[in-house]
Amino acid sequence: MSDSILSMPKHVSTPLLPRLHIDLPLLTGILLLCAFGLAMLYSASDSDIAMVKRQLVNIAIALVIMFAIAQLSPAKLKAISPWFYLAGLALLIAVLVMGDMGKGAQRWLLIGGFRFQPSEIVKIAVPMMCAGFLASRPQPVKAWHLLVAFLLTLIPAALIIKQPDLGTAILVTAAGVFTLFFAGLSWRLIILIVAIAIAGISAVLFDPDILDAFMHPYQKRRVLTLIDPQNDPLGAGYHIIQASIAIGSGGMFGKGWLNGTQCHLDFLPEQHTDFIFAVIAEELGLVGIIIMMLLYLFIILRGLYITAMSDSAYGRLLGGSLTLVFFIYLLVNTGMVTGILPVVGVPLPLVSYGGTSIITIMAGFGILMSIHTHRELSRTRQSEITSFFD
Amino acid sequence: MPIATTQQQQAIMRRRLIGRVVATVVFVLLTLGLVIARLYWLQITNHEVYTTLSTDNRIRLLPLPPARGEITDRNGVLLAQNIPSIDLFIFPDKVKNIGETIEQLSKVISISDDDRSRFNKLKKRQRRFERVAIRTGLNQQEMAKYAVERHRFRGVDMGITLRRYYPYGELTAHVVGYIGRINERELERIDQAAYSGTSHIGKTGLERYYEDQLHGEVGVQKVEMDATSHIMRVIETQPPVNGKDIKLNFDIELQRIAMDGLGEHSGAIVAIDIKSGGILALASKPGFDANLFVDGISFKDYGALRENPETPLYNRTVHGRYPPGSTIKPFHALAGLELGTVTANQTIYCPGHYRIKGSGRKFRDWKKSGHGTTNLYKAIEQSCDVYFYNLAYSMGIDNMHDYLSQFRFGQKTGADMPNETGAVYPSVMWKKKRYNKVWVAGDTVNAGIGQGYLLVSPLQLAYATAVLAGDGKLIPPRLASHIDGISTALPDNEIPRIEKKAPHHWAQVIQGMSQVVESPRGTAKRIRSKSYRIAGKTGTAQVVSMKQNETYDAKKLAKDKHDHALFVAFAPTDDPQIAISVIVEHGGHGGSTAAPIARRIMDAFLLEESIETEQQVSSEKEAEEENSEGENTEEENLQQRSDAQQNGERQDDE
Repeated sequence: MSDSILSMPKHVSTPLLPRLHIDLPLLTGILLLCAFGLAMLYSASDSDIAMVKRQLVNIAIALVIMFAIAQLSPAKLKAISPWFYLAGLALLIAVLVMGDMGKGAQRWLLIGGFRFQPSEIVKIAVPMMCAGFLASRPQPVKAWHLLVAFLLTLIPAALIIKQPDLGTAILVTAAGVFTLFFAGLSWRLIILIVAIAIAGISAVLFDPDILDAFMHPYQKRRVLTLIDPQNDPLGAGYHIIQASIAIGSGGMFGKGWLNGTQCHLDFLPEQHTDFIFAVIAEELGLVGIIIMMLLYLFIILRGLYITAMSDSAYGRLLGGSLTLVFFIYLLVNTGMVTGILPVVGVPLPLVSYGGTSIITIMAGFGILMSIHTHRELSRTRQSEITSFFD
Repeated sequence: MPIATTQQQQAIMRRRLIGRVVATVVFVLLTLGLVIARLYWLQITNHEVYTTLSTDNRIRLLPLPPARGEITDRNGVLLAQNIPSIDLFIFPDKVKNIGETIEQLSKVISISDDDRSRFNKLKKRQRRFERVAIRTGLNQQEMAKYAVERHRFRGVDMGITLRRYYPYGELTAHVVGYIGRINERELERIDQAAYSGTSHIGKTGLERYYEDQLHGEVGVQKVEMDATSHIMRVIETQPPVNGKDIKLNFDIELQRIAMDGLGEHSGAIVAIDIKSGGILALASKPGFDANLFVDGISFKDYGALRENPETPLYNRTVHGRYPPGSTIKPFHALAGLELGTVTANQTIYCPGHYRIKGSGRKFRDWKKSGHGTTNLYKAIEQSCDVYFYNLAYSMGIDNMHDYLSQFRFGQKTGADMPNETGAVYPSVMWKKKRYNKVWVAGDTVNAGIGQGYLLVSPLQLAYATAVLAGDGKLIPPRLASHIDGISTALPDNEIPRIEKKAPHHWAQVIQGMSQVVESPRGTAKRIRSKSYRIAGKTGTAQVVSMKQNETYDAKKLAKDKHDHALFVAFAPTDDPQIAISVIVEHGGHGGSTAAPIARRIMDAFLLEESIETEQQVSSEKEAEEENSEGENTEEENLQQRSDAQQNGERQDDE
């Protein structure tokens, strides 16, 4: 990646895109990845053009939402954060009380004929809330502020675990924790948490029954299958084994677009959603995957650049968190499909079929664009808006 | 805050932020590197391995469901077996348009609406890549027809599955129970992997109680399939471990005698082998054909069973709760002796009724004229109510409760049947908890003759009789004797016993029970046998309560208000081997209705040539019936009209 793309030249007279609050490099990365995803979806769905069209509509809606959010200044976003957060919590509680069952879990809420997952809203609302709260404290923040922000994360996460939806709960927790990280969570504490996590994982490896206390049986089985896929070749292990065969047989250059035998003979499970990565690896090989990874890396680095350039604490915390969450999507999905992480049902961002996740992700990019394109404006207007947090 | 400080702080914050961003970049690169390394390992290092796997990857893993264990009676007669059935399956993930495929299939073989709705229901539950049956039990013609058209159907396959069959149908429905399709609730309870390829699970009876043993362990078959998912070749097989066979103590012949003996009556009979604790017969009438449930019972059939007022689905032996009537008296007698309330030869005077001291309430004896001077033996022999009113009043309900609990009254016996009832042995505390009412002396007096709040299950009655006859040994009652050839019997030193104050107390009660059959004035004298001695106790449990001045007249009451006839017995008296409880609903009185059935079962169990003796019994019975007409009033048919009985029909009270 060259510097010229990453950093916007400052002395060019106000170009059109920043005035529309669009960040061109980010938009370019997103569009390239979406196009790539549509092409792969065409193959993964057995040339089902109708499905590709539906996904195109999903992407279009998501882009509109992204542009709309980008128009709001970070100060405004900050002001609505607590209300957004409370609305998210209320919806989560509603879903537990009267949610629609799907695949043995309660995640959906039916409003006006539309089914949607409140947990998706929370993925954005939690980092907004945490960032808003922490940014309003005198910097650097105190330890107990971090603790409060952490609690603000745990409440929705606990509600989501109850649904039960482990994958989303992990993403929501990560989103909150990342704001703490950018707010200056001490390295000592980070090392401690990582150490505890490692100890926990080792304990599970040693005695898997520990998991009974925290997880549903199907979640426990997924974790145990990761340790030994052969253990349950008919259940969760089937996914991992089949995905490994697809990926491994792809080799350096792959079998070619539309030529993957694994997916076309229907051996791969959920090939157009969570397991589309295996189809890509099979058809385009390691080279294709690396190219795709570079696209992702470009988007992530651009997000981090926006974070670093941000002039408000709110922008820094929120931008960093949203970028990292996007990365966690990628990491959990690729880790899951390649068999280094448990199967937790997280889509490959911007590429997997499905409207809900793509809208959430694009909304996140909308916020990033807002942070980047409102910089000069925000300096003058920030003081005018009295914040909820002050 | 001074601007300089703010600027300094800003600078600090900025440096810190840059640090964090750099750390993030490092983290991102490292973890992505890890994923790439993993991909390298899969795609480059092991590329050959996976290419081979992939080129022959027409390989699928199919679950091999284990064959369910079979159930046999004590003589090896099959009660639950597996018979092969040809079924047609659809792989939902292989078929683009399922509705269309079913439509096409239905032109080849008949597919009913029931089949379709069952398929749709099953499809929702199954895992995506698992096959779902669209038709079961194809006949030869249908097989041939399908075989011709088979090439047209991608993702459809024919296969043999084992279906459960109960050869004795109605006779064993309550004992063996039945299996049925796994439902949503069960799906949550079971380990789904262990049930891949298995669609059924034990729902009731032994099929449910021994589900874990009968089910077995699922196997896996690696097969190569062609593009239309027909199996081309079996590559590797990890065979299933079949379910364990279960051999029972249960005897189908005794069960048949018991069920036939009940005739048109509803009722229950339990027979227990005293030496082993084995349950020999467990008859609940009316029964139903368990085979109806295996493939999913039709709505109509199920409705008919549900709405039948005789409740055929209800297993009376372990779930039924009946007032024991006089059959409880031997146990109360034993309690009185062991608690030191009475001695066997102590007498009371029975004038035909009983009054609690200082109370006007009158409790009648079944014999209006009274039994006169009565000791414990006579009280059991002739079922004197006044004796037991008095005894109960003297002991007090809590003492009675504590003593009889040892015989498992008011508790589960621990038999190998699901959801056994503990019924009710009341106490002061119990009434307080259950009804929030104070226990009154009249309640104790009623309980003394097995009425009022006291309720028992037929199994409890037979079990308590077996414990009494078996010297207080509390051998858990078991239907199963061997699981996979291994005996289920407890070693002798692990069997608990009821602690005896004095062994002769037990002998005295048994003497009284013996007189019930052997004495010329005993209430069950008609079943006396020449070949062995029987000890027993008749009982009559009232179903409707009578007002203070009303008398019971069977002719005036509808049949469903007639009394229940009860009988408990064991034999031979000197070397007890079999204990039996009989309850004939609305059967009138125990001595004439219930006791002869028990006699027939005992004959069949104790005597070698049962057929001969059975004839003997029936001729003896006929002879007795002639001269017993006049005695009926002397028997206890009018007994236990204790006044102010607030309890009507109770046995289904759950």
